[in-house]
Amino acid sequence: MTTIKARFQLDYGDFKLAVDLKLPGNGITVLFGHSGSGKTTLLRCIAGLQRAPQGFLEVNGSVWQDSERGVFLPTHKRPLGYVFQEANLFAHLTVRDNLRYGLKRIKHNSGTVRLDHAVDLLGIGHLLERRPGQLSGGERQRVAITRALALNPEILLMDEPLASLDFKRKQEILPFLSRLHQQLAIPLLYVTHSQQEVAQLADTLVIMEDGRVQALGPLPDIQSRLDVALAQDREAATVWQVIISEHEADYHLTRVEFSGGSLSLPRVDAEIGASLRVRIYARDVSIVLEAPAATSILNVLPATVTGSADGQAGQSVIRLVVGSQALLAHITRKSARLLDLQVGMAVYVQIKCTSILN
Amino acid sequence: MLASRFLHPILAVGLLLITPSLRAETVLVAVASDFTRPMTEIAATFEKITHHTAKLAFGSSGKAFAQIKSGAPFEVYLSASEKYPLELEKSGFAIADSHFIYAIGKLVLWSAIPGYVDNEGKILTTGGFKHIALADSSHAPYGVVAEEVMKNLGVLDKLRPLFVMGENIAQTFQFVNTGNADLGFVGLAQVIDINNGKLGSGSGWIIPDNLHGPFRQMAVLLKTGAKNPAALALVDFLKSPTARSIIEKYGFGLPE
Amino acid sequence: MLTADDLETLLLTFKVASITTLLLLLLGTPLAWWLARTHSKWKSIINALVALPLVLPPTVLGFYLLVLMGPAGVVGQFTTWLGLGTLPFTLPGLMVASVLYSLPFVVQPLQATFSAIGGHALEAAATLRAGSLDRFFSVVVPLSKPGFLTAAILGFAHTVGEFGVVLMVGGNIPGKTRVVSVQIYNHVEALEYAEAHWLAGSLLVFSFSVLLILYTALRTQPVAHSLK
Repeated sequence: MTTIKARFQLDYGDFKLAVDLKLPGNGITVLFGHSGSGKTTLLRCIAGLQRAPQGFLEVNGSVWQDSERGVFLPTHKRPLGYVFQEANLFAHLTVRDNLRYGLKRIKHNSGTVRLDHAVDLLGIGHLLERRPGQLSGGERQRVAITRALALNPEILLMDEPLASLDFKRKQEILPFLSRLHQQLAIPLLYVTHSQQEVAQLADTLVIMEDGRVQALGPLPDIQSRLDVALAQDREAATVWQVIISEHEADYHLTRVEFSGGSLSLPRVDAEIGASLRVRIYARDVSIVLEAPAATSILNVLPATVTGSADGQAGQSVIRLVVGSQALLAHITRKSARLLDLQVGMAVYVQIKCTSILN
Repeated sequence: MLASRFLHPILAVGLLLITPSLRAETVLVAVASDFTRPMTEIAATFEKITHHTAKLAFGSSGKAFAQIKSGAPFEVYLSASEKYPLELEKSGFAIADSHFIYAIGKLVLWSAIPGYVDNEGKILTTGGFKHIALADSSHAPYGVVAEEVMKNLGVLDKLRPLFVMGENIAQTFQFVNTGNADLGFVGLAQVIDINNGKLGSGSGWIIPDNLHGPFRQMAVLLKTGAKNPAALALVDFLKSPTARSIIEKYGFGLPE
Repeated sequence: MLTADDLETLLLTFKVASITTLLLLLLGTPLAWWLARTHSKWKSIINALVALPLVLPPTVLGFYLLVLMGPAGVVGQFTTWLGLGTLPFTLPGLMVASVLYSLPFVVQPLQATFSAIGGHALEAAATLRAGSLDRFFSVVVPLSKPGFLTAAILGFAHTVGEFGVVLMVGGNIPGKTRVVSVQIYNHVEALEYAEAHWLAGSLLVFSFSVLLILYTALRTQPVAHSLK
């Protein structure tokens, strides 16, 4: 269900953007890359804040730009919401009037998001009468998100909305963003250079480098692709979508199911049936050839080797599948040699620890 | 060698002390702006003959008057009217009874357009113009005389709505010269061609003296110049036949 | 005491200054906006032209305006062709001259304010469905309130105080183009010092009151200069 087709070419001399991508019309798509990789430029081109001389953009079947036919919808005519790195609230208006600014300019609000709903979702009900100058950085950004959301846009664009916030403020906002994802049907395009935010938010991941798309696909696929630099990173990890199946109160553990198996996690405060994201760092995964008879590690799962590559500093990156979930393991090159790991081999993985993302 | 190096300056100082009348002095003169052209020539001739220097400051008579009363260092004052010098004598800024008429102002009804003003000034009665320029009669002598002329011709009230007033006679000339005012009362000195005594350009009517009271321009020796040989010399020179011929050449009348 | 003539010139002065200020804001705002946003190579040239009235002595500026707007001048021929006649010695002519003379005092504070607002607020407004004109009036204008007040105050004050230009272009016509600065000057030239003091005093008191009110209003304005 591709609903966003974007093709842009632009050349600033020292910076070039050349992308041609199809993005899903639901969930959170994260544009990830280093600064200068073109992710923000791409987002601005989609918003019409920047005009690529050559470009084609179609969102939900309507063409926003087609340079060949001379079509270019100005930003204010595009049914989008945009959250900037700085909140960019209007200093002369109260929070309430900031929120109403866009709403007043929409002829008919046909969508499902209502302002009070958005206000509740972002928890800013108590700030409505204040002016932007009286808000904390995190509060300002929450207002900015609400302001964009209240327009009930066909697509929500966010350009590093957390980059200017400290860790504590980030943690204050990330849950709201995850919640958006679960409660609203608006596709979100999210630019970041933070792996943490990728792991926590992305359904689809687009990796950008030097103005080009290096990889694009569902998060687990891209995370575990050996040809993408992400897999080599010390922080390399895979994120699994799991569902809570059982609480083992005595052991202070929670059991979760994923497609093709189950995991034990330290107790999670959530109801059975709730959906969770679990991140497994590649460095926390070890490989054994036979099911260990006795181990202190709880999560030992059957897996199949699907690929391997040389990693940094004597490391090997092993790609495996567990059930239908991809998994990365960082082991030493010597271990890989000793185990004589081959593609297609059936092995067991021991997962030392996991982290819950939401 | 040594002797001449020391002797020469000593000798020079000695000579100056002995014959003060030969010393070249400088006189600072405030001059009404309508007298700019003749005074420039008079000063040049004065300097050539007497070896004194005359530094001239041109401006409106009223401005110079206010400056003198506030202690401006002028030594001789050539006003465009009689009012200011007499006032200065009365208030003690000028040497008593030092005033004298140096010139009689001549007025021209002038237009930059050739043939526009007839040589009898009938146009003032026939009209047909949008603006007539004159110097501001509230303070500028030329303006006072211009109003007097119009009054005597019986056209003052009719023409008053068409007045545009220059702050001084130079500005009045600019109004007319740029064509913004169709015609105006200017000083003859401003439009005369000194080579032939006729109007340099445009058309005009030199106002006969009987249409207004005597337009006497008065000079006075100021207290500051009382002991300055150059100031005294200049006052004398202004009355000399040489100066009088220059004054006449520029279209001014001469005192009796 | 003030004479009827004096009162007339006072009223005329404030009329001229008010209308001139209005014209200056109407003209200066788009000009300042363009100067604040453009990267055009013309920017420096236009900036220099706007500042030029600061360099020329007012009487010199007035003289050239007199020449330009006169029957032989380019502007004069144009206005005549339009059927408006020539501008010198008329109230509109006085205002045209005043606008030119005070232009830098309005354009420069506005330009500084507009530059300080930057592009972020405008981009945010664009993503909130505001078109360019809408953005200007709903975001730029309210955020620039202090700049507009400063520009209006300077433009007004500078026009009230002008002398050289109005003297040249206005023609000093009582009730039509004789403004208070000229009237004070006339009093001084005519040695009517008492009248001059009264008029100058009234002008100062009135202007001070206007400025005081405006600055007080400005101080209590809770408008932030930048975007938070």
